[in-house]
Amino acid sequence: MKIPLSYSFRNLWTRRLTTILTASGMALVVFVFASVLMLAEGLRKTLVQTGSYDNVVVIRKASNSETMSGVDRVQASIVETQPEVAIGENGQRLLAKEIVVLVNLLRRGSAKPALIQIRGINESSFPLRPQVKLVEGRMPRPGSHEIIAGLSIAKRYKGGGLNESLRFALRDWTVVGIFDAGNTGYSSEIWGDADQLMQAFRRPVYSSVIFKLRNSSEFQRLKERVESDPRLTLEAKRESKYYADQSEMMSMFLSILGLSLTIIFSLGAVVGAMITMYAAVANRTDEIGTLRALGFQRRNILLSFLVESLLLGFIGGCAGLFFASFMQFLTISTMNWQTFSELAFSFSLTFGIVYKSLLFSLVMGFIGGVLPAFRAARMNIVEALRAA
Amino acid sequence: MQLFKLLIKNSFRHKLRTSLTVLGITIAILAFGLLRTVVSAWYAGVEASSSARLITRNSISLIFFLPLSYKEKIRQIPGVKNISYSYWFGGIYISEKNFIPNFAVDAKTVFELWPEFVLSEKQKNDFMHDRKACVAGRKVAEKYGWKTGDTITLKGTIFPGNWDFILRGIYRGAFKSTDETQFFFHWDYLNESLKKTDPNRANQVGWYVVEVKRPDLAAEVGAEIDKTFKNSLAETITETEKAFQLGFVSMTEAIIIAVRIVSFVVIVIIMAVMANTMAMTARERIGEYAIMKTLGFGGWYIAGLIFGESFFIASMGCALGILATFPAAKAFGDAMSTYFPVFNVQRQTIYMDIAATFIVGLVAGVFPAWRAVKLRIADGLRRIG
Repeated sequence: MKIPLSYSFRNLWTRRLTTILTASGMALVVFVFASVLMLAEGLRKTLVQTGSYDNVVVIRKASNSETMSGVDRVQASIVETQPEVAIGENGQRLLAKEIVVLVNLLRRGSAKPALIQIRGINESSFPLRPQVKLVEGRMPRPGSHEIIAGLSIAKRYKGGGLNESLRFALRDWTVVGIFDAGNTGYSSEIWGDADQLMQAFRRPVYSSVIFKLRNSSEFQRLKERVESDPRLTLEAKRESKYYADQSEMMSMFLSILGLSLTIIFSLGAVVGAMITMYAAVANRTDEIGTLRALGFQRRNILLSFLVESLLLGFIGGCAGLFFASFMQFLTISTMNWQTFSELAFSFSLTFGIVYKSLLFSLVMGFIGGVLPAFRAARMNIVEALRAA
Repeated sequence: MQLFKLLIKNSFRHKLRTSLTVLGITIAILAFGLLRTVVSAWYAGVEASSSARLITRNSISLIFFLPLSYKEKIRQIPGVKNISYSYWFGGIYISEKNFIPNFAVDAKTVFELWPEFVLSEKQKNDFMHDRKACVAGRKVAEKYGWKTGDTITLKGTIFPGNWDFILRGIYRGAFKSTDETQFFFHWDYLNESLKKTDPNRANQVGWYVVEVKRPDLAAEVGAEIDKTFKNSLAETITETEKAFQLGFVSMTEAIIIAVRIVSFVVIVIIMAVMANTMAMTARERIGEYAIMKTLGFGGWYIAGLIFGESFFIASMGCALGILATFPAAKAFGDAMSTYFPVFNVQRQTIYMDIAATFIVGLVAGVFPAWRAVKLRIADGLRRIG
């Protein structure tokens, strides 16, 4: 015969203060656990959406990022003639020779500097990145000092808004358009005409060549040809891999931090649950004796206390997740150590995280409750009744 | 005295519960201490920098360079005592995971401008007289098992190719806060190679480091340097080393804020655990409190008992936590030396541990103590369990 679930539930209800305190400890742990997972997921999403699997980035060998790379015009032209490059609707090659540099910009309001990527583009840059859309103003005219800014630049940096102007490289650049790139890294970039930017920064080389593959499966062959060509000192990467590599250090940092925090915090919460459950058992010694005398078996008692503890964990888990879901409104922007440029990503809640967090809270409840439940189950009927 | 004895006896009435609570507080204080140390380690570079040194760099951003010809022009500016220059080389040792900050430096002046990098006279001489020589910090040398005379190969990310260096010295930090993970080599070695392979990039430096005669001249000299190069192809920004480092740190501010918040969350978690323990303890003893009141002890005496017990348990956990922080920080710092070259527990962190414990003890005791003060004798005696 099973002890009804309502017994466990009403026990928690009777000791409301204790229940709330224990559950809120667990809720905070689940909150931190979920937030860290959401952050890692947000970073991953940003990367996945930034890089496309069918695009190839060609940069100088061993340079990890576009800002460190240099591809001179001859080399860029050789890459352009590779047969694997896809052809667009108008018959032009879907290939962009781009220059990427970093400039210091000041934040609106706080006047704190940040390093922002400026990308020199040509007409194929937009078709190569369908996730980037112009939302306000117009495209910059080739050969002019006009630039367009990502939505997050326009919002957060001085001089980044429409019709404002930025000064760098001894010139004033007018913002003539704003583009939206969703959650991708492009949202924190500024785009302008590649040739103008090369002139202004006095960098006679491109940073990278980006193109779409005619056929995605041809990548390996292309990579081998480009990397073994004695005229080229370049390497080719799939765009998705290129962006994942760039934030390797950041994602590793997040996962180490998240893992150690979760372990330490959950130890604290498990201790809290254990205290509560031991007290619950000690307070109810006579009740347990009575239950046993009525004919409930040891395993029923064990199960009942375990259920109570799991319930405690579940309440904590739900509360933690509820508060963690509000984190989705936040965006974290920080410097990527590997490229020194700004990287913005937000917390992102997925079904997998909900499921993992709830499982985690149940595990905490289980570990906290299992020893006290055993103690309750092992009680001797006569002694338990006498203790009352 | 009597009160104190009662306190300790009370604390150990539920040995299991008390030890679990103490364990919880120990863990929380340990976590709090480590997180605060992460925050202070983040600012270690700022702490270690001198206010008598200025950094002059290209005003566009760090990836743009300055011509070598600026060196003599800067030297002529009144107030400048000494000048050196370096270049961020960005080389990789074997794999990208082994991050070592490596710089091409002016071998003649580097140890004059950074007196905190201590190197024996002999090693300094060896370094100076060999163009392929390099010097590494004690921590990196230990980590990769380098000894003087070893050949070390870095793979260039900004300057392509494999670059061989011969380790001629291992420097130590003059202070505890000095970064012992850096790697220096001759700028001349880099420059001579560039002249052959990439003449466009030769005779340039990443930034100048300027030592001023007196720290109070720093602002003036900085402004003068920037004025000298205004409207040139490479305009400059000059700031103190501290401001420069702070600028870097502020770019990763979001992470630091998150770590700070989380460090307080752990205290709140343990507050809930501790408050729970005290609430349960007080609930069990309501009958006793009623009896004590009957005997003539005042409500505030009982409140004192409860607070005393709360503080006693909290401070036991705190003491253990602080003791555990030092070995834990050592282990963590060694494991994460790529991210944190300097990872020392600061005295301030210990003070914050103690303050946090005090708050936890106080908050945990408030509610039960208030209940005990308000308790009416008859109610207390009537209540069973």
